[in-house]
Amino acid sequence: MLPEWLLPALVIMALGLFAIGALRRILLWRAGRPEPVRLIAGLMAMPRRYLVDLHHVVARDKAMSNTHVATAGGFVLSMLLIIPVHVFGLDSRWLTLPLLVSTIIMFTGAVFVYRRRRNPPARLSKGPWMRLPKSLLTFSASFFLLTLLASDVLPENFGHWVLTGVLLIGVTLGLAELLFGMGWGGPMKHAFAGALHLAFHRRPERFGGGRSTGLKPVDLDGMLGVAEPSDFKWNQLLGFDACVQCGRCEAVCPAFAAGQPLNPKKLIQDMVVGLAGGTDAHYAGSPYPGRDVGQAQGSPHQPIVDGLVSAETLWSCTTCRACVEECPMMIEHVDAIVDMRRHLTLERGETPNKGAEVLDNLIATDNPGGYEPDSRMNWAADLALPLMADKQVADVLFWVSDGCFDMRSQRILRAFVKILKAANVDFAVLGNEECDSGDVARRLGDDATFQTLARHNVATLRKYRFSRIVTTDPHAFHVLKNEYGDFGGHYDVMHHSTFINELVTQGRIQLDRFKGGAVTYHDPCYLGRYNGEYESPRALLAALGIQVSEMERSGYRSRCCGGGGGAPITDIPGEHRIADMRVDDARKVEAETIAVACQQCTAMLEGVVEPRPEIRDLAELVAEGLIVDAAGPASTATARPSLAEEVH
Amino acid sequence: MWPDPDLKVASLVSNGQHPKSGRSRRASQDARAVELGLKMAGAASRVIHVGDGDREGGLDQYLGMGLPEITLLNADEQADAVPVLLEYLKGASFDIVLTGVHAEQGEASGMVPYLLAEQLGWPLVSHIADIRKVEGGRAEVLQALPRGQRRLLRVPLPFIATVDSAAADARQYAFGAARRGRLVDAITDAPVDQARQEWTCAPAKPRPKRLHVAKAKSAADRFKAATAKPQGQGGSVIREGTDQEKATAIMELLVSEGVVR
Ligand code: SF4
Ligand code: SF4
Repeated sequence: MLPEWLLPALVIMALGLFAIGALRRILLWRAGRPEPVRLIAGLMAMPRRYLVDLHHVVARDKAMSNTHVATAGGFVLSMLLIIPVHVFGLDSRWLTLPLLVSTIIMFTGAVFVYRRRRNPPARLSKGPWMRLPKSLLTFSASFFLLTLLASDVLPENFGHWVLTGVLLIGVTLGLAELLFGMGWGGPMKHAFAGALHLAFHRRPERFGGGRSTGLKPVDLDGMLGVAEPSDFKWNQLLGFDACVQCGRCEAVCPAFAAGQPLNPKKLIQDMVVGLAGGTDAHYAGSPYPGRDVGQAQGSPHQPIVDGLVSAETLWSCTTCRACVEECPMMIEHVDAIVDMRRHLTLERGETPNKGAEVLDNLIATDNPGGYEPDSRMNWAADLALPLMADKQVADVLFWVSDGCFDMRSQRILRAFVKILKAANVDFAVLGNEECDSGDVARRLGDDATFQTLARHNVATLRKYRFSRIVTTDPHAFHVLKNEYGDFGGHYDVMHHSTFINELVTQGRIQLDRFKGGAVTYHDPCYLGRYNGEYESPRALLAALGIQVSEMERSGYRSRCCGGGGGAPITDIPGEHRIADMRVDDARKVEAETIAVACQQCTAMLEGVVEPRPEIRDLAELVAEGLIVDAAGPASTATARPSLAEEVH
Repeated sequence: MWPDPDLKVASLVSNGQHPKSGRSRRASQDARAVELGLKMAGAASRVIHVGDGDREGGLDQYLGMGLPEITLLNADEQADAVPVLLEYLKGASFDIVLTGVHAEQGEASGMVPYLLAEQLGWPLVSHIADIRKVEGGRAEVLQALPRGQRRLLRVPLPFIATVDSAAADARQYAFGAARRGRLVDAITDAPVDQARQEWTCAPAKPRPKRLHVAKAKSAADRFKAATAKPQGQGGSVIREGTDQEKATAIMELLVSEGVVR
């Protein structure tokens, strides 16, 4: 029969090659900039992060989740048992039987992988990934049979040397893919890189149901953004390497759907090309719309833009985070894109289209439109809003945002003021002291201007006492809540949808039933995915007696309106407009009104040509449905009896 | 042919002021002058500033356009910029000196280029939109006239030109470039501007503008009213005759208008 040493030798060789490949890979990641991680704690947390957090995302596709559990679980178990059984030759039923079972599990999983690969959806990459299910089948089947032959389960001399030879070839192929390939950049690389990525993730707060969406500040005395792959933090590079090319990000990306030259999956793969060096000739997935594959070329110390990716690719992103939300490997696309934008803006001064002008305005006038800084309160000239400077103390600080300069947004602001007054809320505004929150500057890559604005606003807010900030702008909401902390600003910030909903549940305002047709609700990215607020807007609509006709993509899967990340400013052309696609979603559920919770969404969706559903902000719907008589329980309580006397 | 590293171009820059917020910034026309300089001579073009070297006053924004350095002629607020510049320009050998048409704050009289040209004995071209090429010691300069009209001039080097707002937009300034850029001091002697000592300065009040009522019936009429050259009152175009005769005609007009006494 076959020489005793052959199988152990094969396994040991495969393991050795894997180890060398893995070391090489680790060195590639270490070319990135240092970032401290918690080594032991991270590794300890890894299994839980894999089993709970990662599978929470994978389980959105139930079939695929089960397939992966079977295949991966079967493989890990098999590998743990193969070593004692076939390398050390331990011959015990307690080992061989479990090994037989685990290879069967793996084989079953692999069958499902194979079936899915027969007619793969467009988002999946082809190329070597088409080979993977066969390798999985070969590996599990060969080890199953070999184990069977070598064990005493079967009668002596059952095996035939031809059969054994064939199985050996199978074992070799399987080991090559699963161990050698894992270390040397084959499809199985994802298991190795993915495990470490989970352990050393740059945003560990995301695990265990947490959320971490604020961008990390640039050290303005240090490196400004990312010019070359080696400028990324090492664990960002590791993250890129974890990509399984499942294309879930591609399937949800609004820019990709609009035919703009961006595909988040390809972007991550191009980063992998950059960190390993080479070209994208072997990439076998969807390209950037309108760009051919095979042009990208890079290495760790070569500029990324105009080598690996074009600037338009980076500027197409709306920072909607749909890709990050959907990525089973928890890769941070938006961080990477903004890092590279920072280099373009801060170092090269190449913010496209209106970008330079907007940044210039922000620097000179603290608002993106270049309006007079002293005209911030013109929209409320007749409203007699209390100023923080006069009151010093208020329960609610109403953050007005730059919507004050835009006539359409002013209607939302005025509606919200009406609600505040109806509920007798003790509030005040900053007036001309308020500056732009810095959201757009930051997402256009100008962290210097963002930090100036943030510091300025934090200093202004420090002067006053208030229990919380409420704003109608989800972008300001996000920045105030999640990004000012780095500059010493820690506040209790609320979006107006949450706040109004609270007023309703506390009975401080009463609402009439909405009299109109079908209503759908569009989740703003910066409220939903960035801050997890999906419930309050819906509860509020329910309080208006509205039963929301949900669009196919809603909640955490909501499709962006196209207005985030400075995308309307950089305005990269595509085949469609993102806003048109979103309104089409609403048309599909025959909505007559799209309820929104963001002035930017309002502007984008109202920019779609009529006929289309009406666009109304939640504040407008609520203000319209206010039962003014019942407003302010305190005032009515005292007013009623005297009125009654007069009538009699 | 651009950039031509052998061409010696200098742009004179001042601190600007944003019209809405009054905040310091690069002056819009001066920045266009720098842009034109960068186009013509690349990184070899020089930028000169007279002042106290406060980088926040707008100098950072000029540096952020990608200049390695700005030559700083140190002078305090009371100083007269003209003799300082004159001194410096005499010692250097520039082919083309660019400035904005006038500053955005301070005196903003627009006189600096004229005074420099007069004392250097160089020709001055005002309100230029572009310099197309420099060949055989002459530059082809595109001068901006009202309503989008352009006039091509051939000007012998060296000369001074003021850059109009019609010139190409200044490039975006980048934080990183500004951080790298340096101010290089040139030792200068800055005399106090005696004339200005006696002035009192007050903020200007906006004067009401007379509305021009266009009685146009159709869109075409309105378009014409908005774009047509206003009909000059009187005056004449002299094409014939010698330079001497033309100059005499201009002089006569100036005397009759009381500009020259
Ligand atoms: S980045 Fe994430 S979602 Fe996109 S292809 Fe890779 S693993 Fe899948
Ligand atoms: S953030 Fe949105 S637009 Fe940007 S790559 Fe991800 S899905 Fe696409």
